[in-house]
Amino acid sequence: MSAPELGAVGVDLSADALRALLVAAIEGCSVTVVENESPSGQRSLVLDHEHAVEAAIFLRDNSELRLDFCSNVTGVDWPDREVTEKVKVKKMVEGLEGATEQEVEETRKTLAPGYLEAVYHLFSMEKKHGPVILRLRTRDRAEGNHLPSLTPVWRSAEFQEREAFDLFGIVFDGHPDLRRILMWDEFADYPMRKDYVSPAEDEPVLDDGCLPGAEPGAEQGAADA
Amino acid sequence: MEQELKDLKVELQKQGIFTTTLEELYNWGRKNSVWPLTFGLACCAIEMIATSMARYDIARFGAEVFRPSPRQADLMIVAGTVTKKMAPQVVRLYNQMPEPKYVIAMGACAISGGPFRDGYNVLKGIDRYVPVDVHIPGCPPRPEALLHAFMTLQKKIDAQQLRGEGRPRHLKADAPSEYPVPGYGAHNLEPMHNDDVFPPKPESPFKVLP
Repeated sequence: MSAPELGAVGVDLSADALRALLVAAIEGCSVTVVENESPSGQRSLVLDHEHAVEAAIFLRDNSELRLDFCSNVTGVDWPDREVTEKVKVKKMVEGLEGATEQEVEETRKTLAPGYLEAVYHLFSMEKKHGPVILRLRTRDRAEGNHLPSLTPVWRSAEFQEREAFDLFGIVFDGHPDLRRILMWDEFADYPMRKDYVSPAEDEPVLDDGCLPGAEPGAEQGAADA
Repeated sequence: MEQELKDLKVELQKQGIFTTTLEELYNWGRKNSVWPLTFGLACCAIEMIATSMARYDIARFGAEVFRPSPRQADLMIVAGTVTKKMAPQVVRLYNQMPEPKYVIAMGACAISGGPFRDGYNVLKGIDRYVPVDVHIPGCPPRPEALLHAFMTLQKKIDAQQLRGEGRPRHLKADAPSEYPVPGYGAHNLEPMHNDDVFPPKPESPFKVLP
């Protein structure tokens, strides 16, 4: 599963190796490896907000890695989800011989709070290796939708972070020009979020009688005749 | 009476005498010199370009002069997906064209939103804001289909009467030649359609063929 992703010169780009490098190089940096169960097995690194820019500069400038090109920035919406788990609890149970303490299995439902995520795909033009995948996660999907911008590190992230801001509502602190890029400025929604519902429009269809010559069932009658 | 006049005209033509009416001459001139606006929105525009080039040659119908300014254009071919962000600009361009002016909605997107109809960002047909003369389905329509639409428009122009209640919009002083430009709202375009043109009214000349 964790076969080293080898570049042309044999630099170890595996998530574990990169994590070790980052933790050693940056004091207090917290890096989490995200597993990937799919056949591609591409694992990725979650960076903490405080050290994200520092870690990005390290990845870009390190002479071994030289990840000088950010090819893609995308957003992901992880809505709130209900987690059901079975827990064994000790409980007083009324039995034949009065109340006794027994171990009972209970299902508990907890609400795992959702968050928004920005995913960065990094490559090295100089070393001809990659990709390395970084993830940044917001605190929640409401007010805590802030992330540090990596545009000061990779200029190519500018428009794509604007797109993530436009469609997911992730606010990138430190972005030089954060405004909507695809939708108009007055638009208030974030259409790529899972809970977005596009506005209802009065849509006439052919058989609702609004168009002349298309009475309901007319086609059916013609087929019978 | 009308039929007799037509027969007489044909008979005279056989004898080498040509007669016409002002209406016929006027419409003949107009229908053979419809200048489209240089205006494409998506892949349908590629087919429109192909139609204007030598192989399909829309010049045969007098429409090869694609004007880069709406002030000089007679026909707007809405070729491609109209996004909600683009819709106000399309209506504004239409408003800037002088009368008489015509609209061909080319392709599935321009007539209904096409494959993007359920999306949040695409207008569900340009006929929500401007009056459309000819609709062409297809994704994209073949150049032949655009030529057919153009010939349909020519027939329509040819049949227009200069007098009477049935006279076209540009000869009615009180008929609108500009249509309201939709504004950008917080969730959608405002208004979502122009009540004057959409949905088509029962008395509308545009019929859905059975």
